[in-house]
Amino acid sequence: MQITNSASRFTNHVSRITHHVLRIWRKAMAKTAQVEVNDRGLLSSLQEFFRSVLESEGMNAMLVPRHLEQKNVIMPVLISDPEQLEGADPLAPAFPVNGARIVSKLTRKPSGGKIAVVLRPCEIRAFIELVKLKQARTDEILIIGMDCPGAYSNRDYVRFVEEKGEEGVARFCQDLFLGKGTDTERIELSPACQSCEFPIPEAADILIGLLGMDTERHFMVQALTQKGENLFETLGLSEAGEPKERQSAVESFVVERKACRDKMFAETAAGVNTLEKLTAYLSSCVNCYNCRAACPVCFCKECVFVTDVFDHDPSQYLKWAARKGAVKMPTDTLFYHITRLAHMSTACVGCGQCSNACPNDIPVAELFRTVSHRTQEAFDYEAGRSPDEAPPLSVFNENELGEVVGIN
Amino acid sequence: MTDFEPAIIAFVCNWCTYTAADLAGTSRLSYPKNVRLIRVMCTGMVDPQYVIKAFLEGADGVLVSGCHPGDCHYINGNFKARRRIKLLKEILPQFGFEQERLRLTWIGASDGIQFAEIMRELTVQLRTLGPNEAKLRMII
Repeated sequence: MQITNSASRFTNHVSRITHHVLRIWRKAMAKTAQVEVNDRGLLSSLQEFFRSVLESEGMNAMLVPRHLEQKNVIMPVLISDPEQLEGADPLAPAFPVNGARIVSKLTRKPSGGKIAVVLRPCEIRAFIELVKLKQARTDEILIIGMDCPGAYSNRDYVRFVEEKGEEGVARFCQDLFLGKGTDTERIELSPACQSCEFPIPEAADILIGLLGMDTERHFMVQALTQKGENLFETLGLSEAGEPKERQSAVESFVVERKACRDKMFAETAAGVNTLEKLTAYLSSCVNCYNCRAACPVCFCKECVFVTDVFDHDPSQYLKWAARKGAVKMPTDTLFYHITRLAHMSTACVGCGQCSNACPNDIPVAELFRTVSHRTQEAFDYEAGRSPDEAPPLSVFNENELGEVVGIN
Repeated sequence: MTDFEPAIIAFVCNWCTYTAADLAGTSRLSYPKNVRLIRVMCTGMVDPQYVIKAFLEGADGVLVSGCHPGDCHYINGNFKARRRIKLLKEILPQFGFEQERLRLTWIGASDGIQFAEIMRELTVQLRTLGPNEAKLRMII
């Protein structure tokens, strides 16, 4: 059993290494352009680029974060009229919803049109998980991924806009990528973003690179897939290499984030390592299930926790209370969270929308990311890394996991 | 703690381990009353939430037991169960549940003697390990 176990682990490693090599190769071969920033700045230049994409042959619409007309709130907007791209703002540190769910709505069946979707790296990774779970399709979309420095929680974004206004929003990305901090010392990125080591949208068709770029002059456009290359050619972009500074900028960015992540893992793990502590951690949970509603990879149409399985008979509550003298209401809080961890932690991309959605500020994302890191490692899996890797609970090898069988 | 008797919930598959339990009974073998059998059609239908619920309700041990690899009545349910147990063995210890509280075994339909032995051994192990924390306090 031992030999076959290490054999299957070896196969996993080979597939991982192959994937890694392919990625490096693809990057080396990728068509890269440096697009000039116009005199109205980076955001305006990006809008112009989006316009050229939307107006390109065969493109019907574009999904992009945009300021709403009625209020200065940013939401994903599906745009078919290029004039409506004014107000599109993928640079603002607002992250109201994980776009993977929206793209899933747009692609679960053929729509009859082609859509370009502008997403953050974690949105793309969640989307890949949904594709693997047969909840979304890639056929009619083109993914434009933006380098991502992170975003604020919903509440902090509102504060940020109040304090800094439009000007601050415009400066945000540049400042962060140039290592100047967030400009407002008092407002920190959401905890999920602070500990996210995936700033680069590696699975996009077209990558828009900002990290390590002089974004007052250029931003980078890189085609990472065949679809991306086709668009690259349609747009008539001229090839230029990836700037040398970018690689090292990305590396140091990731190192910093990983250090932050590991510190968060250690603190969270120590904060929940007994049932007593986990109970304290989740004590203000009111079972609203918003974390599940906001989760991009929790895809069940009907969650078991809202079925009549959990419409307990009133007498049942009395029995529970009688058993230990008291029962906290609503019941089943730990049961819900641990079950959700079992059901979706291997697909968790750490986007942090669960924390964003919590009405009582429970650090849900930290808990889920910490546990997920371990469950994903156990299956040599990384959510959103590759469309070719099967979700670990959907497959098995006959000769594996000998260590979990038996009573010794 | 000497009089502590563990409560063990065993999810056993209809075709193999339950039949083995039946065989143990008809063979007049005895095994500890600590074990509460729950018959399921296949270990492949044991959703992780069943195991989690058992632990949160105060079970001191949970056993999932089915057919030997290759013998599954539904071809591969036991292989799927094995991955789910692996998953739970990664999650539950992070909240203080000892790994040893959750067990997976293959006990074939003709293994009546082995069934009784494993139940005895498991009971001894859990008696030594002591009660599950969830049994003693209100959890939410």
